[in-house]
Amino acid sequence: MQLTDKHREYWSRNLRLTAVLLAIWFVVTFVVGYLARDAFSFNFLGWPFAFWMGAQGSLVVYVVIIWYYARYMNKLDQEYGVAEGEEE
Amino acid sequence: MSGATSQKAFTAQLKKIYTWYTGGFVFFVIALTILEMMGMPRQWIGYVFLIATVLLYAGIGVMSRTSDASEYYVAGRRVPAVFNGMATGADWMSAASFIGMAGTLYLQGYSGLAFIMGWTGGYVLVALFLAPYLRKFGQFTIPDFLGARYGGNLARFVGVLIAILCSFVYVVAQIYGVGLITARLTGLSFEVGVFVGLAGILVCSFLGGMKAVTWTQVAQYIILIIAYMIPVVWLSVKHTGIPLPQLVYGSVLQKVTAREAELIDAKTPAGAKEAEVRKIFADRASSAEAKLKGLPGSYDTEKASLQKAVDDAKAANAAPEVVAAAQKSLDGYPKDAKAAEAAWKKDAAVKARANAPLRHAEAFPAKDDKARDIARKNFLALIFCLMVGTAALPHILMRYYTTPSVKEARSSVFWSLFFIFLLYFTAPALAVLVKFDVYTLLVGSEFAKLPAWVASWSKVDPSLLSIVDVNKDGIVQLAEIAIGGDIVVLATPEIAGLPYVISGLVAAGGLAAALSTADGLLLTIANALSHDLYYKMINPNASTATRVGVSKALLLVVALLAAYVASLKVADILFLVSAAFSLAAAGFFPALVLGIFWKRTTGIAAVLGMIAGTVVTFYYMATTQPWMRSVFGVTSPVADNMWWDIAPISAGVFGVPLGFAIIIIVSLITPAPKREVQELVEHVRYPNLRGDTMNTTSN
Repeated sequence: MQLTDKHREYWSRNLRLTAVLLAIWFVVTFVVGYLARDAFSFNFLGWPFAFWMGAQGSLVVYVVIIWYYARYMNKLDQEYGVAEGEEE
Repeated sequence: MSGATSQKAFTAQLKKIYTWYTGGFVFFVIALTILEMMGMPRQWIGYVFLIATVLLYAGIGVMSRTSDASEYYVAGRRVPAVFNGMATGADWMSAASFIGMAGTLYLQGYSGLAFIMGWTGGYVLVALFLAPYLRKFGQFTIPDFLGARYGGNLARFVGVLIAILCSFVYVVAQIYGVGLITARLTGLSFEVGVFVGLAGILVCSFLGGMKAVTWTQVAQYIILIIAYMIPVVWLSVKHTGIPLPQLVYGSVLQKVTAREAELIDAKTPAGAKEAEVRKIFADRASSAEAKLKGLPGSYDTEKASLQKAVDDAKAANAAPEVVAAAQKSLDGYPKDAKAAEAAWKKDAAVKARANAPLRHAEAFPAKDDKARDIARKNFLALIFCLMVGTAALPHILMRYYTTPSVKEARSSVFWSLFFIFLLYFTAPALAVLVKFDVYTLLVGSEFAKLPAWVASWSKVDPSLLSIVDVNKDGIVQLAEIAIGGDIVVLATPEIAGLPYVISGLVAAGGLAAALSTADGLLLTIANALSHDLYYKMINPNASTATRVGVSKALLLVVALLAAYVASLKVADILFLVSAAFSLAAAGFFPALVLGIFWKRTTGIAAVLGMIAGTVVTFYYMATTQPWMRSVFGVTSPVADNMWWDIAPISAGVFGVPLGFAIIIIVSLITPAPKREVQELVEHVRYPNLRGDTMNTTSN
């Protein structure tokens, strides 16, 4: 089995997407949490922003991250010809 | 293509079945409501819920019985993404999520949000790092992957040990929860409750393994989510007029915050009353502390002074009730110094109630900046451990082996989190709504006119709710209310003014949550023993029937053992559950992720990393957590053993980085893995690789 350049490109695009999504995950969780008393204590529709993020906002972001990853990767599989069932 | 067509038909069939099922369940609840109005006694409603739901789960188990290995271990790998999502949701949400979560938020405010974020954000890690790759690998257990990737039985064996360690403590807690809920629902004793629940768990996983567990978990998810939503929506309508609690509770939170400020400020009339009650508690605690310090001498002096009070009263010819009161305190005096010590310790513990109430929305409340900093550090560390632990618990990862394809595995993580999200997104709203009710309607009301739910719950279980008129003014003060977290979910139907049927429904939902998680965990343990230990390491020639048979036998043994441990009511069960996350995180996460993302990772490095991560996590807990310290006889002061003030529950923050570091360093100084192993890594990275002849999927 020999990997082609196309395969390597698929993998590196996967890694790039993984890194970007992980960075978003990190910011909404840990950066907002760290600065909860400072930068993110402003009022947001009645909630202190950091509280709202912890209780609702970050959850929405997590769901969207996973939804986007699934959609993007399933398309990427097709684009690079590594989707299941293509050669079987 | 016939496979795809039959899968489509299968999915359509499932949708039909579960739509009918949901309709049937709603009809069942409505019918019970009508019966209640016609005068059906409450106890019967409890029994009907218990029997009906347990029979239902058993029925699904009987219908899905199987002895085929692939069906038994991974439900035949044909569970569609949406249904696997629901099953994972039920598998994931335990009694702690269903009943405990909103209560934790009620008691801890912002700090409790660590659980909300930790137990949802971990799925991001599952989606990005594990689920699609494990599905491509496609075997039966997590130790399977470790064994194949790290070349041999050593890695597999270490995996089996860690899987059992973290799953067993977790399953004990679930069975404990089953016992509590069954007891509450029906009035049976706790021990009977444990074994009734156990029967419900066993019929299902015993007969049909993963297949039966999956279809039961879908059914359980539907019950638990309906049970959670109805009371919250009703309560939201009561307080805001809008049935979307998650979107509108911000305004309620503002009212709660304003009320907190009033109660904390001793200059307002209500605040002054609060301060008065808190002072009584503070005085009681400090006098108990003084007596404790004076032991053993203080035992006799106290007794003498009580005796003297009686004598004085008699000598002064005081009114008979005064003499009687003095005699009563003397009679109630502890029999010996040891009993006195226990009683005074209990009195000293009321010190906690002398503190001002916390502000719900305030992040990291503490007395000074240093303490705030420690609170923040621990908040973030706990989130980290819960998230990484989520992405390392074998009973969750195993679920992604059951989807038909890598593509479906990815979508399935999305559906899993979506279904979990529905409950977690709602819990913070529920906590605030109940707090509003307590702070504004209960506090300030008269003792003579307590709401019905208060009276009934304080009678059922004083540890959940007890209200005593400490300062004898006839008015309820916040400081006079001692509340246990679990009541928030359990009493919401009554607080919202719903019929008793809904209370039964909530208990049935809690039961579904505990049973479904217990099922998944028991299966993980039994599979680790039967598949990994017996089949892969001891007897590789075992026939399919023998393997499944051994697994079923082990399931029974493990379940009975777990029930036995649960019936001992081991202390600190909540700590043990959280400990499972730290242990799983440190044991599995580095080895799994590096195994997929870094071809250079070697077998010996992974084994050492897993051991080091687990050991350091365990060591930290054993030296800093009170119950673990007593088990292991650790006597050195806790403060000396603490590293950077991290609480024992978050010990994984040390284990995870250490695991990564050791795996990376040892990998670099050991020879690179063999060609076949590197090809295995490439194999799992691509859903379908041209010219790849490797086939790791087990059927």
